[in-house]
Amino acid sequence: MFQLFKFKGGVKPETNKAVSVTAPIAIAPLPAQLIVPLHQSIGGMPRPLVKAGERVLKGQRIGDPDKWISAAVHAPTSGTVVSVEERIASHPSGLPTLSVVLEPDGRDEWMERAPLDYASLEPERVRERLRDFGVVGLGGAVFPSHAKLVAAKAVPMEELVINGAECEPFMTCDDMLMRERAEEIVRGVGIFRDLLAPKRVLIGIEDNKPEALAAMRAAVQIVGENFEVVAVPTRYPAGGAKQLIRVLTGKEVPASTRSPEMGVQCFNVATAYTAWRAIAHGEPVLSRIVTLTGNVEQPRNWEVLLGTPLRDLIALGQPKADTTGYVMGGPMMGFEMPSLEAPIVKATNCIIAASPTLFPPPAPEMPCIRCGACAQACPHELQPFELYWFARARNFGKTQEYNIFDCIECGCCSYVCPSHIPLVQYFRFAKSEIWAREREKNQADAAKARFEFRNEREEREKAEKAERLAKAAAAKAAAAKPASEGVSAQSVAVTDNTAATLDPEAIKKATIAAAMERAKRQRESVQPKNTEGLTAAQSEEIAEIEARRTPLQKPTDQGEENSAPAIEK
Amino acid sequence: MLTAILIMALGAVILGAALGYASIKFKVEGNPLVEKIEAILPQTQCGQCGFPGCKPYAEAIAGGEEINRCPPGGQEGVRKLADLLGREVKPLDAEEKPKQLAIIDEQTCIGCTLCIQACPVDAIVGAAKQMHTVVSSLCTGCELCVKPCPVECIRMEVIEESIDNWKWKYPVIELKRVA
Amino acid sequence: MNFTSPPYLTQNVSVQRIMLKVLAALVPAIAAYVYLVGPVILVQIGIASVACLLAEAALLKLRDKPLALFLGDGSALVTAWLIALSFPPLAPWWLVVVGSLFAIVIAKHLYGGLGQNPFNPAMIAFAVCIVSFPALMSQWPPVDMGAGVGEQLALVFGHAPRIDAMNGATPLDALKTALKLGEGHTSVGTIMADAAVFGRVAGRGWEWVAAAYLFGGLWLWQQKVISWHAPLSFIAGMAVLAGSLWLWDPQQFASPLFHLFSGGTLLGAFFIVTDPVSGCTTPKGKLIFGGLAGALAYVIRVFGGYPDGVAFAVLLLNIGVPLIDLYTQPAIFGMKGRKP
Repeated sequence: MFQLFKFKGGVKPETNKAVSVTAPIAIAPLPAQLIVPLHQSIGGMPRPLVKAGERVLKGQRIGDPDKWISAAVHAPTSGTVVSVEERIASHPSGLPTLSVVLEPDGRDEWMERAPLDYASLEPERVRERLRDFGVVGLGGAVFPSHAKLVAAKAVPMEELVINGAECEPFMTCDDMLMRERAEEIVRGVGIFRDLLAPKRVLIGIEDNKPEALAAMRAAVQIVGENFEVVAVPTRYPAGGAKQLIRVLTGKEVPASTRSPEMGVQCFNVATAYTAWRAIAHGEPVLSRIVTLTGNVEQPRNWEVLLGTPLRDLIALGQPKADTTGYVMGGPMMGFEMPSLEAPIVKATNCIIAASPTLFPPPAPEMPCIRCGACAQACPHELQPFELYWFARARNFGKTQEYNIFDCIECGCCSYVCPSHIPLVQYFRFAKSEIWAREREKNQADAAKARFEFRNEREEREKAEKAERLAKAAAAKAAAAKPASEGVSAQSVAVTDNTAATLDPEAIKKATIAAAMERAKRQRESVQPKNTEGLTAAQSEEIAEIEARRTPLQKPTDQGEENSAPAIEK
Repeated sequence: MLTAILIMALGAVILGAALGYASIKFKVEGNPLVEKIEAILPQTQCGQCGFPGCKPYAEAIAGGEEINRCPPGGQEGVRKLADLLGREVKPLDAEEKPKQLAIIDEQTCIGCTLCIQACPVDAIVGAAKQMHTVVSSLCTGCELCVKPCPVECIRMEVIEESIDNWKWKYPVIELKRVA
Repeated sequence: MNFTSPPYLTQNVSVQRIMLKVLAALVPAIAAYVYLVGPVILVQIGIASVACLLAEAALLKLRDKPLALFLGDGSALVTAWLIALSFPPLAPWWLVVVGSLFAIVIAKHLYGGLGQNPFNPAMIAFAVCIVSFPALMSQWPPVDMGAGVGEQLALVFGHAPRIDAMNGATPLDALKTALKLGEGHTSVGTIMADAAVFGRVAGRGWEWVAAAYLFGGLWLWQQKVISWHAPLSFIAGMAVLAGSLWLWDPQQFASPLFHLFSGGTLLGAFFIVTDPVSGCTTPKGKLIFGGLAGALAYVIRVFGGYPDGVAFAVLLLNIGVPLIDLYTQPAIFGMKGRKP
């Protein structure tokens, strides 16, 4: 018998899963337009690779990963790029994000696909492949998978945990994927196993999914792996990575630690599936399984192209008349989609049509009576009511002392709160304020450092200049004595004006003038300008500006010296 | 009577010794107040307070100057200073502005370097007769570069809310409405 | 789109339900009270409830808070019932009203209302009244005082002179006085055998009310309204101290059982120290809070001048709650056995 561990807290909401598993996964039809946001994963914003008017093939890369923690984005079908512009994001803010708008040509014409024999490759190449094929965590966190496939240097990898728990109510996309495509999931897990080389591979599935459990066990048999498929007790949030790791291995990974440092790593089943498609079929992540459920006539799971507008997807489920909005994600951690134009993205595991009967409007918020129900429900064993108290008072330092960053925003505390306090909202507010302040603080520190450096530099330059001038004056004075008539042409005027007294002020001016002349000549002969190769119109404009500039020449001269260090940096 | 006096005297001596020891043991070097004040100031170095930079203003505040002279710090900054110094919160001595960013119109720029000299944090790069540009991540929005520009090619733009700097809002308490 | 923030699902719980359960848990004790003393307790509960609700309504109005929402939460009723049950059953009506007003106005709303009061309002009412009117607050009738309902009501509403029969003190007080008068020549055993106020283990009749509190409290625990920590440690704190002194000198100190079933011990254990607002919230903190309150209550009732010590003990410990909570924060997920 496999030994399971318990995590503290958690809740047991009504699962509401049965309605959406009666029908198999269906392929959603091609929409008239696809809006593919470039930023669909944690990390760097991918750079757009296409321009408006360009024709793309299905699977063609349209966003290039930026930095290591980032993932590529691809054209979900063949067609023409209409534009690359800001479109409303599938994000609680409702703000726009840079997206590639694509008009499908209906031919669904693939780019060239090449399977990868990953066994013969360096692990590094395999990770690159996963990054370039847009494989990210499909459980909802969309963290680039390749970055998680690195074992800690000092700690041997003991367990690889595969997350098929799917604890959020209503959501059944992983369940259906495991029922229908178990073998490919298992093969995908095999890739992860080969990259991480753990001692054991544990696939955790909540015990309310007997079909998925059976399918996965059968698939493990067929593929001939020694993965253990484990039924875990149904209790939200058993599907949280840290909770599942705890249940299966007994290890508690705190917020401050990365799980490989404790010899364990966790991936979602759908991620394993896409990894297999990417490696063995050369198919980037172009679609995902989305549960469409809630207040709709036909709840079921759809395989939806990324970038499909919400409007096109929900039409497939026929929402009922009293639908008031759409939640992306589960009812515990999801958020309301800002618009029907917002697209399906890699993080969209579930769309729930909401109605007042399904999700009753929140009861009025009462004061906290410190009953401690939230503390008992918190799977991270925090004291939510204390956090609430401090977050409400905007005492962010205290919220950090009470470990606000260990909060996974699972919503258990709000779920059990008899005072109906939107605790998670308070915590999100506090977290984003802390982040914003951190940013501001860093900026202020940097500004201060630069300001101080600049002051220092100015002081230093002044001192150096004075020294230089003193030296020059001394040298001049020495030279002037024996041959007072042999002064250079440029300083004639100076000597005239100052009646041969050769005071330092005059020497300074002369030196500057000479230096400027030299610099000018040098620049004209050597330095290329960004004013070369211009059109006639632009040249004209420059000439005009130059004309305007002439009267301003005086202050500019002074500036030339000071400006030099600014360029160096 | 005598015992009482002795006890009181002894108490005074002991407490006095303890205070004296503490003042030596926990002696604070320098003026930490100025540093604390400076930590609250936004470090835009804009001089809108009438002092040449944030540190001089911090020193001035420590010396009794008003705390409401820093527009980039906003009312929030005034409140923090009031908290730190135990002074009364005053309305800001200027209009509160959202955070801004200087942008140089590169078509118009004549490369005069005046703005480069004006920038307190070296956030503008360029050379004489070459186009200048603002390194936006370093710009503090102090506006000091706007005036010196002879061709008025620098404008201030409010930093718009984007997905990267978007913040969750404070939950609205709707008790009244329900009642 | 009219729903706001996740989670969109919530459990069917509310402050009102919690408060109603607490009220329900008090019903057995009230029933025992009615049987033993008479229906006058219902009148007292009524007086306290009306006073508390009116005070609450007035304060909510003054503070511009939604009336229906907060009056309906039941917290004022819980305070009222606890006041009625902790005051002497034949206390004049105005005493109960004064206690109720003090509890709601001063102890609750001046501190910010529901959830904000650092002290237990019912205990504040008790403490204020026993300090201000010690004689009236010490008159506990023996259970079979023989007075009819009319006579009892006359006492409450002040139409009858407060007869001597009423001066029968609480069993705790009776024992303390007798021990003091005996100056070491008498023993707990003889006193309890002599006097009619004592029953099997504690005060005659009152021990049954105490047992009813225990019953109600266990039901609250079973309903998960309260946790076991504070009641158990409260009882243990008192029992350990009472037990050791009793073992040391059984002649001069009553048995722990006597103390558990006397005065406000079990009312305090299940309905007062479990008050989440003014009590500790961490499991360890609850244990410390309960244990110290239990021990302190014993010390005050045995060595102090007041008939019972539960109220003072709880109020004194209320002061220490923030500190106890601060130092007993439990280790969070993943940080057990690690330095944060």
